[in-house]
Amino acid sequence: MQVPAPFEYERATSVDHAISLMERLGSTSRLIAGGHSLLPMMKLRLASFDYLIDINDLHDELGYIEAGPDELRIGALTRHRELLESATLTAAFPIFADAERVIADPIVRNRGTLGGSLCQADPSEDLSAVCTALGASCVIRGPGGAERVVSMEEFHVGPYETAVGDGEILVEVRLPVRPGCGSAYEKVERRAGDWAVVSAGAAVWLDGDVISDARVGLAAVGPNTTGIPEVSAALRGQTPSESLFEQAGAIAARSCDPATDQRGSADYKRHLADELTRRTLRRAVERARS
Amino acid sequence: MQVTMTVNDVEVTREIEGRLLLVHFLRDVLGLTGTHSGCDTSNCGTCVVWLDGEPVKSCTVLAAMAGGHQVRTVEGLAKGAELDPVQQGFMQCHGLQCGFCTPGMMMTARALLNRNPDPTEAEIREAISGQICRCTGYATIVRSVRWAAVHEANAAAAVTETTESPEAGEIDNAGRPAGSVV
Amino acid sequence: MTTVHERVDTFHDNDQKPVGYGRMLRKEDPRFVRGRGRFVDDVRLPGLLHLAILRSPVAHARILSIDTSAAEASPGVKAVVTGAMLAEQGLAWMPTLSNDVQAVLATDKVRFQGQEVAFVVAEDPYAARDALELIDVEYDVLDPVVDARRALEPDAPVIRDDLEGKTDNHCFDWETGDEAATAAVFARADVVVSQDLVYPRVHPAPMETCGAVADFDAVEGKLRLWSTTQAPHAHRTLYALVAGIPEHKIQVISPDIGGGFGNKVPIYPGYVCAIVASIVTGKPVKWMEDRFENLISTGFARDYIMRGEIAATRDGRILAIRTNVLADHGAFNGTAAPVKYPAGFFGVFTGSYDIEAAYCKMTAVFTNKAPGGVAYACSFRITEAVYLVERIVDCLADELGMDPAELRLKNFIRPEQFPYTTKTGWVYDSGDYEPTMRLAMEMAGYADLRREQQEKRARGELMGIGIAFFTEAVGAGPRKNMDILGLGMADGCELRVHPTGKAVVRLSVQSQGQGHETTFAQIVAEEIGIPPDDIDVLHGDTDNTPFGLGTYGSRSTPVSGAAAALVARKVRDKARIIASGMLEVSVADLEWDKGSFRVKGDPGKSVTIQDIAMRAHGAGDLPEGVEGGLEAQICYNPSNLTYPHGAYICVVDIDPGTAQVKVRRFIAVDDCGTRINPMIIEGQVHGGLADGVGMALMEMIAFDEDGNCLGASLMDYLLPTALEVPDWETGFTVTPSPHHPIGAKGVGESATVGSPPAIVNAVVDALEPFGVRHADMPLTPSRVWDAMRGNARPPI
Repeated sequence: MQVPAPFEYERATSVDHAISLMERLGSTSRLIAGGHSLLPMMKLRLASFDYLIDINDLHDELGYIEAGPDELRIGALTRHRELLESATLTAAFPIFADAERVIADPIVRNRGTLGGSLCQADPSEDLSAVCTALGASCVIRGPGGAERVVSMEEFHVGPYETAVGDGEILVEVRLPVRPGCGSAYEKVERRAGDWAVVSAGAAVWLDGDVISDARVGLAAVGPNTTGIPEVSAALRGQTPSESLFEQAGAIAARSCDPATDQRGSADYKRHLADELTRRTLRRAVERARS
Repeated sequence: MQVTMTVNDVEVTREIEGRLLLVHFLRDVLGLTGTHSGCDTSNCGTCVVWLDGEPVKSCTVLAAMAGGHQVRTVEGLAKGAELDPVQQGFMQCHGLQCGFCTPGMMMTARALLNRNPDPTEAEIREAISGQICRCTGYATIVRSVRWAAVHEANAAAAVTETTESPEAGEIDNAGRPAGSVV
Repeated sequence: MTTVHERVDTFHDNDQKPVGYGRMLRKEDPRFVRGRGRFVDDVRLPGLLHLAILRSPVAHARILSIDTSAAEASPGVKAVVTGAMLAEQGLAWMPTLSNDVQAVLATDKVRFQGQEVAFVVAEDPYAARDALELIDVEYDVLDPVVDARRALEPDAPVIRDDLEGKTDNHCFDWETGDEAATAAVFARADVVVSQDLVYPRVHPAPMETCGAVADFDAVEGKLRLWSTTQAPHAHRTLYALVAGIPEHKIQVISPDIGGGFGNKVPIYPGYVCAIVASIVTGKPVKWMEDRFENLISTGFARDYIMRGEIAATRDGRILAIRTNVLADHGAFNGTAAPVKYPAGFFGVFTGSYDIEAAYCKMTAVFTNKAPGGVAYACSFRITEAVYLVERIVDCLADELGMDPAELRLKNFIRPEQFPYTTKTGWVYDSGDYEPTMRLAMEMAGYADLRREQQEKRARGELMGIGIAFFTEAVGAGPRKNMDILGLGMADGCELRVHPTGKAVVRLSVQSQGQGHETTFAQIVAEEIGIPPDDIDVLHGDTDNTPFGLGTYGSRSTPVSGAAAALVARKVRDKARIIASGMLEVSVADLEWDKGSFRVKGDPGKSVTIQDIAMRAHGAGDLPEGVEGGLEAQICYNPSNLTYPHGAYICVVDIDPGTAQVKVRRFIAVDDCGTRINPMIIEGQVHGGLADGVGMALMEMIAFDEDGNCLGASLMDYLLPTALEVPDWETGFTVTPSPHHPIGAKGVGESATVGSPPAIVNAVVDALEPFGVRHADMPLTPSRVWDAMRGNARPPI
């Protein structure tokens, strides 16, 4: 029977309460939201904590998708299923719905949260690639209610490691809203619900028929989810075309650093970085135009 | 620690360890053995129950996290002696063989129909895609859910008003002695 | 023979007949849909203790020391037991089903990752699990043998140094067929095709893992064991032999079983540990595996490295088939097959074709991996045999430039050749292959599919059509040449008709989801005219059922189904005599009409089976020499195996950019002889087809070079979901078995056997534009992409 080692259970009633609990209980405490990454690790005894702080009651406070004129703000406890079903989010950034359809399975999506996914910082994690493609920033709240805002690049410190420090909590993800945006996500998996062999997310912003900005985020092709500035540089100011997408795909393939494992060979993953970059850029442009 | 939750419409309070998983709380503390455990890693879905009306994998939810919430298990699917159309559909369309994944599949199917009374085959397949069945090859499960959808639609068309309210499920079914994990 | 194109009407009502065969809803379902199935893990006994097993973290190591003191002091712990402690009782080793031995708990060395090293018994399962962390084992890690190809190299580490005088990793050699005759045919053949094939290690992974509750009553001297077993009687006898408990003092109860697929045939160390723990503590003890334990330690399947060779004339007459196999049996030979068949029934590798010669040579080796080999609905290795022949027949079609359907049709054994003795000595009982094949082609729209494929290829799209035609050999024995550890492969059946005309049937076979409670009631109903709802079927309790060898190798219907029909006829024969007394006519003047005896020529004079049952138990005279009661028992010894066959066609599409394979359609036409409950048969086929998708596309128990298992969770060992499988299209033909009392042949494993080659053939067919002739399973996107680039590699 796989069961976690003993710990004390605490339940937070507000964000500030969660922070004060973390302050009091110290570094042997851990927040738990959906729990679908954390509990399996604890059951395998790969991780153990003296305290788990349940933040699911914070859903009223941190479960929201709010569209503003310049940015779309998503509470960290917004569940995958809410992201998938949000008309607001899908209208602005269809890349989210693309990704959410292929994240884990519908039942896991009932529990899992945006914040939990980002904080797990698994290099194969889908929403990190989505947020990278969209140029998201993360709002982290700490003791005394102090908030700081970091970019996705700053947020991901390393595999399974984020900028969220002791006593801190990721409270919100902000997505900049600019006109002419199209976005798309595509994942290759060995089977539904598996982690990505490789996945790619792309966002483009068109000004007329010229790409004013573009970003590509890849998952599962290196130690950390990878944004590729060189792709952005190559696309900016260009008119979308198959040859341009090919060029972007080639940059993606040579910029990533995949490893051979049970999901596939490094060569295959590099090929997918190319193929999926092209596919998602193509679709993102189509969506930006429509 | 003490936890209080409502299971199949009955409020229960028990003294538990903070680490106790919901699936073990249901099976070993309450004796509701219809919910199964098949993989430990939230991949197989034999442990699916409802938390506040939505299917969750109870091997990856702490019992403590369900405190103050509503849980429903396969034992609470029928209304008294009257089987839910999903249960009838699984029998009519051979949606089960060994019966081990069946409770989880039915809980997911019921939740799907609650949100989408007329799901397509593709929607049903998507809904159960987080659950593994080794016996049926899934086609008869899909037919079972469609059977339930069609029969519910027919029943709704035939009946203009409903008067029944759900009856309380039984906690200690089949008179089994409930073990205890404290 | 009749040919019927089955139509599945999703919503038709239950057309349950008053007696006999037909689509009848399952009698077992009402409890399952209410969550009231009773599986081993649901067994609750007063004072129940829980057992957890410490397993080896490495594949090969000498155990230097084990310190259990901290675990013993852990809260709630009642006992901690090591191999050394078992050795004092002579229980550290147990026999396997293949006359090898296997460690219950390791004493000297660990020989695979996940091997049992010690166990803890505690008041609750969480405490037992916690205490495992506190056992300190010191290992001297040894080089492992992971690749079977390396096992026989002179410098390979010797795994089985527990065996007296063992200096290598050789397990056994086996051959069948005529080597010289086959060589001669190959020498004169126009065309010879050779292909290396790997059938990778996979795992049955039933949704319910293995486990047991042992309850030893020291006063009675009786052991009650609830366990996940497909063969409760065979297990009882083996426990008696191993543990020294008299057989009449052992009761094995196999309650509802959550899928077996061969995973629950062997006796695992955990069962023995639970028994020992109950004896030691005087309390009932439960051991229930978690999924990691199930995948890492219990019976795997396949793991054959094969070379297939096929010889033919230029115009497509298959002349001979030859194969050489390297079999990986893991650390102990735990193969669950008849002892005279160390390679199971692999000898049917000549398939469904009338050929001149055949030969197989096999070498089996030990490696530092979990034991097993025969499991996962394989019909004793027929999965491997059918994969081999159906793959190389496709390779031949490719070589000859012939359509694979046409090549098969040209070489089938013809109906007038049955019973047909193959070149490896198997006597196929009956078959009529061409109509089955033609029906599958018609259902598929084969010609249209080929046209569509041509059009798609012209557009650069990848579509493949794969065919597999299989003949299975199921229903072992006969007992004269088939036994497991000396127990003949026959099965008992007992039928009692109660005074009011209700009945109970007791079986030695064990359902794991196959619907025995329904099918066997239908068989008896058909023979004796009592409605199936009035017949209870009991199984899975050795104290209350007749002896027999259990359910695996698709045995239930071929063996116990025959037993049920014959025992019912025996009861009917007695009923006829009683009826003759009741109607005051001679037995010769009676005719049977489904449930009653009528006087010939006087239909008004009749008695029902229910009337007869009451008379058999009631007051009043019975005919002279007739005892009271209406019951019988038999033990059925099959005179031959039965040989179901089938034609499968798979259509796949492959994304040229990502190499992802999508199974678009799957057409399965099965011939399992007489059909009892078409709904249950269809269900059996569906399940096996999904297995095929799993094996062909994603399933594999892989290891790294240190022998670490890379597939020990359902995150890593992928099983197909509803999204990877299509809506199956099934059909059937009926060629009854001539020697089975009702002509039934068994169908439980047909689809698992037949579907993997159909899918692989379809993928290879789709990749024809890339010049691909073969690619090994599992055909994951990465491996398909490798094949497209001319770099198809074996998975091991």
